[in-house]
Amino acid sequence: MSTIANQRISVKVNGETFESEVEPRLLLSDFLRHDLDLTGTHVGCEHGVCGACTVQLDGVPVRSCLLLAVQADGREVATVEGLAAGPDNLSPLQEAFREKHGLQCGFCTAGILMTMGPFLAENPDPSERQIREALSGNLCRCTGYQHIVDAVKLAGEKLYER
Amino acid sequence: MKPPVFDYVAPESLDGALDALAEHGYDAKILSGGQSLIPLLNFRLAQPGILIDLNRIGGLDEIRLDESGNLRIGGMTRVGTLEREPLVAEHAPLLFETVPSIAHPQIRNRGTVGGSLAHADPSGELPVIAVASGAQLTLRSPKGERTVAAEDFFVGLMTTDLAMDEILVEVSLPPLPPRTGTAFVEIARRLGDYAQAGVAAVVTLGDDDRVADARLVYLSAGDIPMQAPRAVELLRAEGVSEAVIEKAARLAAAEEIEPSDDIHASAAFKRHLATVVTKRALAVAIERARS
Ligand SMILES: Cc1cc2nc3c(=O)[nH]c(=O)nc-3n(C[C@H](O)[C@H](O)[C@H](O)COP(=O)(O)OP(=O)(O)OC[C@H]3O[C@@H](n4cnc5c(N)ncnc54)[C@H](O)[C@@H]3O)c2cc1C
Ligand code: FES
Ligand code: FES
Repeated sequence: MSTIANQRISVKVNGETFESEVEPRLLLSDFLRHDLDLTGTHVGCEHGVCGACTVQLDGVPVRSCLLLAVQADGREVATVEGLAAGPDNLSPLQEAFREKHGLQCGFCTAGILMTMGPFLAENPDPSERQIREALSGNLCRCTGYQHIVDAVKLAGEKLYER
Repeated sequence: MKPPVFDYVAPESLDGALDALAEHGYDAKILSGGQSLIPLLNFRLAQPGILIDLNRIGGLDEIRLDESGNLRIGGMTRVGTLEREPLVAEHAPLLFETVPSIAHPQIRNRGTVGGSLAHADPSGELPVIAVASGAQLTLRSPKGERTVAAEDFFVGLMTTDLAMDEILVEVSLPPLPPRTGTAFVEIARRLGDYAQAGVAAVVTLGDDDRVADARLVYLSAGDIPMQAPRAVELLRAEGVSEAVIEKAARLAAAEEIEPSDDIHASAAFKRHLATVVTKRALAVAIERARS
């Protein structure tokens, strides 16, 4: 059995601070899903390829399967659960995905939403090519991407009022 | 899969990290971006006893121009920072042009320059750019600091000149000589995927418009960033006509690189792609050297 001591961490997730004791090897993705019950963050591959687990660390999209929970100590994590103000009150980005059918099974969606928010903030009026490049780290097995591209375009319009 | 059991420290100074490394030796692994190391842990291909995380150390991610015009990039600089940094765009156009080909945005937000060089994946872009740029790498140990040319740093498949107690703290790119053009061209199945073939070309023209100096450095073409000195010699001797470029590209692809078969492409196909990228890169680099 392991003789490695657990480490105390304090992580702010979607604005709320969580204190916990974790094994150093615990992945941030598993900390979110198993310890905090935030199962909106999905796990596909656990080696950085699929993008389903993407969350924001201090506002920056990163793979939660390639971060240790201990690395998030003292930092802020944003997950998909923090996007909507309530069940009937989706964020403009989420609204756009609903309107444009930007999802089917939804497995990839959380990771895409957490990636596209900061992308649109940096590129409020992106070209289709820019959107596709920004999506290159998120695999979707259902949609064929076209509707996702349309949704991101629409979200840009909604968010930045054009 | 899940990583094996390990201990974890996150020192707040470089000296603290060097001490921990000296104490634990081969049982320790440095953790920078974790974008290569954590997958290896998740697959249990690596089983270190302790990780030494550099992410809590300040000041290792500076980008600055020194008095001699070298662009100095701290080892903990995120790859994604390079694409947003005007100093890189202005003083290291080859590096700047290459960044979008390195993995995906979320990976670049986390992966570091030092980690990518230390990882020394022959399919990685940064090792190739470091060699093509004539970069110098600064390695720190408890004994002090030493500098190694990128060319001498990569010694074998994912093996570098780093000693057990050393940390890569900085990479320095010298300014380009006048009348020098650079280009990076790679072919991957999808933007950000590892390249099937790719080359960095650096061409310096003399006053007579002949090639005074050049470098061709390939990725995914052998155990380390592969150079093509004979193709360069041909360009110097015979000029830059389309026919000579064609000949040089074929020579490099057929005889100077050593790609191997993988699930995406055969070695023969990779050699074909290497010819294609060499021709494209040389044409662009020469054009840029002229203007
Ligand atoms: C899906 C995916 C796609 C990718 N695609 C590409 C790609 O197309 N091209 C590409 O080049 N890379 C690609 N990568 C790899 C990525 O660029 C990594 O970030 C990079 O290879 C390693 O940098 P890191 O900072 O994450 O290093 P880490 O993973 O932290 O470390 C890698 C290795 O280097 C050692 N190390 C780290 N920093 C130092 C240091 N300062 N001194 C000494 N040793 C050190 C570590 O101990 C470890 O052995 C991809 C990764 C993923 C997950
Ligand atoms: S689960 Fe993290 S990228 Fe696939
Ligand atoms: S909607 Fe099913 S994977 Fe994207």
